[in-house]
Amino acid sequence: MTSVGDEYLFLSHARTALLIGSLAVSSCGRFTSYSSFPPQNHHASCTLLYKKPFVESFEETPLLVAVLTYMGYGILTIFGYLRDFLRDWKFEKCHLAREREEQKDFVPLYQDFENFYTRNLYMRIRDNWNRPICSVPGAKMDLVERVTPDYNWTFEHTGNVLKDVINMGSYNYLGFAENTGTCADAASECTVKYGVGVSSTRQEIGNLDKHEELEKLVAGFLGVESSMAFGMGFATNSMNIPALTGKGCLILSDELNHASLVLGARLSGSTIRVFKHNNMQSLEKLLRDAIVHGQPRTHRPWKKILILVEGIYSMEGSIVRLPEVIALKKKYEAYLYLDEAHSIGALGPRGRGVVDYFGLDPSDVDIMMGTFTKSFGAAGGYIGGKKELIDYLRLHSHSAIHATSMSPPITQQIITSMKCIMGEDGTTLGQERLCQLSENTTYFRRRLHEMGFIIYGNNDSPVVPLMLYMPAKIGAFGREMLKRNIGTVVVGFPATPIIESRARFCVSAAHTREMLDKALNAISEVGDLLQLKYSRKNRHGSEGTDCFSFLESHQD
Amino acid sequence: FELLFHSRDSVKMAAGQQWVLVEMVQAFYEAPAYHLILEGILILWIIRLLFSKTYKLQERSDLTEKEKEELIEEWQPEPLVPLVSKDHPSLNYDVVTGPPSHRIIVNGKECINFASFNFLGLLDSERVKLKALSSLKKYGVGTCGPRGFYGTFDVHLELEERLAKFMRTEEAIIYSYGFATIASAIPAYSKRGDIVFVDEAACFSIQKGLQASRSFVKYFKHNDMEDLERLLKEQEIEDQKNPRKARVIRRFIVVEGLYINTADICPLPELVKLKYKYKVRIFLEESMSFGVLGEHGRGVTEHFGVNIDDIDLISANMENALASIGGFCCGRSFVIDHQRLSGQGYCFSASLPPMLASAAIEALNIMEEDPGIFRVLQDKCKHMHKALQGTPGLKTVGEPLTPALHLQLENSTGSRTNDLKLLRAIVDYSLDRQIALTLARYLDKEERFLPPPSIRVVVTVEQTQEEMEKAAQCIREAAVKILK
Repeated sequence: MTSVGDEYLFLSHARTALLIGSLAVSSCGRFTSYSSFPPQNHHASCTLLYKKPFVESFEETPLLVAVLTYMGYGILTIFGYLRDFLRDWKFEKCHLAREREEQKDFVPLYQDFENFYTRNLYMRIRDNWNRPICSVPGAKMDLVERVTPDYNWTFEHTGNVLKDVINMGSYNYLGFAENTGTCADAASECTVKYGVGVSSTRQEIGNLDKHEELEKLVAGFLGVESSMAFGMGFATNSMNIPALTGKGCLILSDELNHASLVLGARLSGSTIRVFKHNNMQSLEKLLRDAIVHGQPRTHRPWKKILILVEGIYSMEGSIVRLPEVIALKKKYEAYLYLDEAHSIGALGPRGRGVVDYFGLDPSDVDIMMGTFTKSFGAAGGYIGGKKELIDYLRLHSHSAIHATSMSPPITQQIITSMKCIMGEDGTTLGQERLCQLSENTTYFRRRLHEMGFIIYGNNDSPVVPLMLYMPAKIGAFGREMLKRNIGTVVVGFPATPIIESRARFCVSAAHTREMLDKALNAISEVGDLLQLKYSRKNRHGSEGTDCFSFLESHQD
Repeated sequence: FELLFHSRDSVKMAAGQQWVLVEMVQAFYEAPAYHLILEGILILWIIRLLFSKTYKLQERSDLTEKEKEELIEEWQPEPLVPLVSKDHPSLNYDVVTGPPSHRIIVNGKECINFASFNFLGLLDSERVKLKALSSLKKYGVGTCGPRGFYGTFDVHLELEERLAKFMRTEEAIIYSYGFATIASAIPAYSKRGDIVFVDEAACFSIQKGLQASRSFVKYFKHNDMEDLERLLKEQEIEDQKNPRKARVIRRFIVVEGLYINTADICPLPELVKLKYKYKVRIFLEESMSFGVLGEHGRGVTEHFGVNIDDIDLISANMENALASIGGFCCGRSFVIDHQRLSGQGYCFSASLPPMLASAAIEALNIMEEDPGIFRVLQDKCKHMHKALQGTPGLKTVGEPLTPALHLQLENSTGSRTNDLKLLRAIVDYSLDRQIALTLARYLDKEERFLPPPSIRVVVTVEQTQEEMEKAAQCIREAAVKILK
């Protein structure tokens, strides 16, 4: 930890030079921004902050693919208009729910163009989302079979169950989504004793001993002074950021931050500025400008500056450049809010998230936020930090005062699973899960890369986005994979930029090598079928040298 | 196809353009010289604008690097949070050991619960627990994903169907957090530029929903229909000035069925009249009235006999009467379905743990099987309301039918802190005598209209006549002793 100081000094010098460089290339669109910030132009100065190679790749979209993708959307749009026209003239049956007759003369509830996308694009491939499941969302799951008599406008359940579908979609990183074992047993016991509800808020009479126990444990787990737990991960962000900043404060937010962070920032009433995804030059420029110029028009200095970043970005699979963010935050005296929704439990040798992954000191992060939904197989979120921060939140968090507190069995599930990760249950099961996850991640990513897919993100991130690009391939990929008994998540606009539709896999510690192989074979098969192997990088064995050469460039 | 269209169009266009060109050339010859010169200057000006450097307002400052460094050196941010004094009255929460059921242990003292919103006593129901347990055995605890990505369980669909059926609406949608329900639903419909008419006493989640929607908010006096109509009329006049704009401005009235902050019922029939008169949609928050009011517990619509289809959207949480976790919205599919892609708390959050959904289903079963339970609750509410009348120094705020009353000081000391201290002393006195009460908590600085300090008294079906008498007696004693 002592060496961090020196590195930071060095960094601050290099930064001034960097700044000027980054000013020159201020206007690169999102398209190219991906290729501009990863390793290629990564300056040697920053690498000192990293103890191990930080390999993150976002291969550029091949031009032809981009053109074809836009054309695909063009064709879909034309057909959309055509079909809207047919619907208007009653040539085609319209399945849309209609306004009540009595309210026909009200101002329309929706603007027509708002729903154009839903009606004409989303509806075609709607069967790939909201697939109902009827089992534990573990490594394998059972899906309710659906059929649609009217091209996805409505679904009927056939009564059949698709058994043992390999689950590559749930955020079950450590495999704690289980219905047997110590966690489930403890949760059962807790249900018998406490019931499921609380029917009051933390500040009124809903502060159970279980909640206090959980908060102590979370603080210990994170290595912070104190912590507080909330009933919903989304609300942890949206209801606590407004308690921390307000008018006259500045929030610097990564462009790909989750909706909950965006909402929280917006509700706070602070000024929000957005920096390019994981781009430290962009962040530094905003920080410098903010301090030098102060608030717009009045030029008063900002009261405080809060940087909002996530640990793992769930759609990109990238890991935040935390050592650099911390160095910048220290240099410019900003505060750092780190959302570890996906990284807590899933990263780091001890499962303590991205701070642990980089071997940093948790006290350097002012607000440690995370969720219990993913790695812990429960629900809710937490905030950890200094005692003063948590004391303040206990008084001013919207959630503590106006929202029902966390359900006791959910609380118990978190306590038990967290103790397991910490090894406090006296076993090494938690540690084994962590190892398994990291092993699975490396294996899965390496194989996909070898097959020639374009995959985004950090080599160590269990979130693996595989690029599909074209809108027609979104539906086709999801369906073809399900035919092969593998459940995957596919995402398109608006969750991603319009041409960067992708499939996303979440690797779990519960996946066995056999399952991963089966999934990989299916992906390869579907990849050939749909011609998804876009990557033009060297593959087949050359991967090793690729990594090696990168390492070298880092060390000089 | 496309190409064909294009080429044919271009032929047509070319024919037309030729004419225009000839005319243009002619006009050029005929134009006076000053005109040509002016146009020439304008063209040069445009070229200059095109090629001149773009500049940003922010970077106009002529600070040198050194000056910038100094500014950065100089800047001192405020602390992240202000220091909280160690003995702040609300810092140390009351600790409940064991379940928050009818008999509750608060700070080590066993009491009868007059504070949790467990109106129907379903928190302690063995049936609900068993159903939750069997669900836990099947699904585990968490869902590990949002609804879209393998986070939709068959029990979620079942619960939505059951809720829709119970409320007699077309569709229902569930959220995993009560607070997030209305707070997500409002911004799904009401956007920037739209107008929302809201009761002043609206609860905090409505306020947050309004803030997130960035709509234009107009507050009317609590339950004052004349004031609402005044605002609606004002808007009507405004609309006549600019009818084109008025045609795209959506309008909503957002009210609570039974206000959590004032324990009043909203005058729904009048609201419905106003709705049709001024063509405004009604959103109704029923967290306190769902499972409480009406013969079958369907809430304030049933209480007034209002056709539920006249209400555009009803939202309620499942954390009070249903004693589970989460919330739901219901209404016509035309309205509700939109949230499945636009409700932020629905799309971007992990779904409700299946065991909690199962618990809610079982709670609904109990409510449907035994509608007498609502009668019992309503009678008890009336009884409690009556018993609390005439407590010296305290006034009972709320309708006789409400299960969560407020006791406010008749004479305020003039300072909120001191008022709260007095009320807290009453709560402590009662806690020592086995009556668990709580202060109603607010975010003093964030609330749109901060209600006066009060003690909450919650009635549940589990409380016996004796217990209620005892509680009322205890509060009276405390009031006499403390408010002297």
